[in-house]
Amino acid sequence: MSLVGARVLRKEDPRLLTGGGTFVDDLAPARCTFATFVGSTEAHATITSIDVRLALAMPGVIGVWTAADLVDHPDLPGGFPGLERPVLARNTVRFVGEPVAVVVAEDRYIAADAAAAVDIRYEPLPVVTSTEEATSPDAPVLFPRHGSNIATVVPMLDDLERDLQRCDQRASLHLVNQRCAAVPIETMACLADWTTEGLTLWATFQAPHHLRNYLAAWLDVPQTQCRVIAPDVGGGFGSKIVWYPELFLAPLLSRRIRRPVKFSQTRSEAMVQMAHGRDQVHDLDVGFDRDGTIKALRFVITQNLGAYPDPTGLGLAVLTSWMAAGCYRIPKVSTSFRTVVTNTTPVAAYRGAGRPEAAYSIERIVDLVARRTGLDPAEVRRKNFIPPGAFPYETHNEPVVYDSGDFPQALAECLRLLRYDERRAEQATRRGDPGASLLGIGLSCWLEIAGFGPNGSLEGFGHLASWESAQVRIQPDGSAIVFVGSSPHGQGHETTFAQIASDELGISYDRIQVRFGDTATVLQGVGTMGSRGVPTSGSAVKRSSANVLLKAKKIAAHLLEASEHDLDVADDAFFVRGTPGKNVSWGDVAWASFQPLRLPPELQAGSLEDRLYQESPNFSYPSGAYGCVVSIDRDTGEVTIEDMVLVDDCGTVINPLLAEGQVHGGVAQGIAQALFEGVQYTAGTGQPVTGSLLDYLVPTAPDLPNYTAGRITTLCPNNPLGAKGIGESGAVGAPAAVVNAIVDALAPFGVEHVDMPVTPEKIWRILEEHR
Amino acid sequence: MTVQATRHIQISLTVNGYRSTTTVDARTLLVHHLREHERLTGTHIGCDTSNCGACTVLLDGRSVKSCTVLAVQADGAEITTIEGLSGPYDGFTAVQEGFRQCHGLQCGYCTPGMVMAATSLLTDHPDPTEEEIRLGIEGNMCRCTGYQMIVESVRWAVEHPEPGRGG
Repeated sequence: MSLVGARVLRKEDPRLLTGGGTFVDDLAPARCTFATFVGSTEAHATITSIDVRLALAMPGVIGVWTAADLVDHPDLPGGFPGLERPVLARNTVRFVGEPVAVVVAEDRYIAADAAAAVDIRYEPLPVVTSTEEATSPDAPVLFPRHGSNIATVVPMLDDLERDLQRCDQRASLHLVNQRCAAVPIETMACLADWTTEGLTLWATFQAPHHLRNYLAAWLDVPQTQCRVIAPDVGGGFGSKIVWYPELFLAPLLSRRIRRPVKFSQTRSEAMVQMAHGRDQVHDLDVGFDRDGTIKALRFVITQNLGAYPDPTGLGLAVLTSWMAAGCYRIPKVSTSFRTVVTNTTPVAAYRGAGRPEAAYSIERIVDLVARRTGLDPAEVRRKNFIPPGAFPYETHNEPVVYDSGDFPQALAECLRLLRYDERRAEQATRRGDPGASLLGIGLSCWLEIAGFGPNGSLEGFGHLASWESAQVRIQPDGSAIVFVGSSPHGQGHETTFAQIASDELGISYDRIQVRFGDTATVLQGVGTMGSRGVPTSGSAVKRSSANVLLKAKKIAAHLLEASEHDLDVADDAFFVRGTPGKNVSWGDVAWASFQPLRLPPELQAGSLEDRLYQESPNFSYPSGAYGCVVSIDRDTGEVTIEDMVLVDDCGTVINPLLAEGQVHGGVAQGIAQALFEGVQYTAGTGQPVTGSLLDYLVPTAPDLPNYTAGRITTLCPNNPLGAKGIGESGAVGAPAAVVNAIVDALAPFGVEHVDMPVTPEKIWRILEEHR
Repeated sequence: MTVQATRHIQISLTVNGYRSTTTVDARTLLVHHLREHERLTGTHIGCDTSNCGACTVLLDGRSVKSCTVLAVQADGAEITTIEGLSGPYDGFTAVQEGFRQCHGLQCGYCTPGMVMAATSLLTDHPDPTEEEIRLGIEGNMCRCTGYQMIVESVRWAVEHPEPGRGG
């Protein structure tokens, strides 16, 4: 029986359900010290003085360091030329929370006391928090030597003005895709222990090898003396692939004081120090005919980078522009973007990273076309879909060739699960009744780019490469260890990759162990991001397992005196096809594989091991159709999600239980962006309004609905599993479904758009205007 | 800025059935005491405003957020942490087993707090409705699951009662 496709229970769960997990802050080596960073209280200022004497005098304080103590060390890696980020602020601070000094003490209480006692004086400078302010002609400039706040500009080759004019109608939208915080429940943490053997850094990170590569270079030590371990990681969502100063300074300080240094962020620190996501402004123009055919799309993106450009942050708008046309055949598409620095926390990847922004805008635009033409939104989608026979489909951007999909089928399934016609009829009835709550129905036929990626793709974000590695090693008893270069943070690698290996090897699931997250024991890896786990890492496991099986069959054939071509493998044994009595167990084959006298001449001892680096010829393109039904209280503006239908196409599903879990989690974050979340700053001062979980509204169980999951399957032709990836789908597809539903509910009032988060207050104000 | 002189106080707790007498700095939070002195690291910390519930433990049978209790306030109390649960499902309680069966956890960081909150809920309400479950775990944040599978996990436990739990 195949395990791929089965609802197998997770290997990870027993330890995590008993308190047996190992998260970074759980570690406590002997003589461990604790580091606390002193963050800037100003959004933009010149540092005039730092007085650490009081802090240094406190019992239990080991040391206090500032930029003046780090003159021999470079800025953080991957910076944009001229806009690099120092590890500790040097002369100027550029966002609230930017680390200015670091205290190391005997424990976290003393460190917190001492951090509060570091006296930093500032001379405030004018502050910009929005891209609009930052790009105005008289804006204060964050990096005077750079001369402006604009980091990169990718201009438009053709503004499509003539094409737009030639259409029957045209429409414009100005959308804000607001800044969000990833909020993994485990904040940033690391533990550095520099001994005579070199450094070991435990870090809650999505890509330990990536960190090791850059950390060793920054510390100027060979990689052999720089071991990075990502133990259990309490969520990431993109926020744990970022070069935080703490990850570089804890090792440095451990070397200086010759003791382990632990750093474990408080949530209030995390809200201003961990990278934020999204924060794009879109100016969209669409040209279309009366029958709803979309002819031209102009898509202009402005990306807020925060105070220092992050390598991924710089790439977000690239991905948005690539995916601008979504799942539609639009003859003319033109995109442009610029990236802008502001006095805010740096922006980097957050679940979906550039694709939720694209999907949201194109799905809002399609609804606007439906509104202006008077056609049903489902009809406009069907009219413009790329047809199922058109794959591989070349888009407006050369690197982007959609692999496969069936958008009409996904939409049809979504409408069926949604009982679309029935709900439309109900909506018409309710609209006639002023006492009834408002009903809205929203669709989102989304498409994303995932499975990162083909050679050269992740390199653009500063990664070593875009492949992922796997190593399969058979133990003498016929059990197997699978090492993977991608390191999980909740995805369930131990389970899904064991399922894949079990099917390939014929070794039972319980006899396979998956290991990762340690640069000293796992071969070079890339990391877990961009919905690449199953398509890239999983494919590596599949092929590597198949390579091992080929060799195992040679040994089994030798032992059975049969032809390897006549052998089948199942249930931990090899059988001669047609002669089931003639068999040898995996354990016997594995044992023999270490004994040269029992091996066929072409194999050596230890042959049952394989390693490979899985390259991908193209990205994968998960897609789906989501439907949302909302009701809105006319008196309070409160939105209730009555129905949330999720039809996904992620190609091959390894474990439906885990795939569904990924979708649910992503959708929850998508709904949260649509309704609740948004990082805010006070204009003029740059002080964060949402600096804790009291002010930043992460939804809890009563805030979210039940989900109705559906599925269609078109296989990805670009990897041996046929898988497309699932981690980001929900976050990509959900916001448009929810906002389209709300705008649909408010249609009788002439509302064509409401920016996220669509709070009860925003809706109440709209309803008040029309009372 | 001055530093308050710290005051050390002797406390006596029963943690997961074992008596433990120690001297603590008066300002020590119960969660830090459990994690750093008892070395029970299953109880996690996810915020500093009592919002996330990752630190939920049972204090004299009732769920509390141990980041909001001083260790000295727990003097004389019985504390149960995630490490102290045991039940008939291969050592798991029905709540733990429900989370396993229904994929009620992903990264696992919020899980101990969520399991303790659910355990407390079922002690008070052995047969809660879906809405009661959602309200019962309202003080606990999960960023991975979107909550539906957590609700299903708790329902699983309701449908698999254990001797000695609730009514």
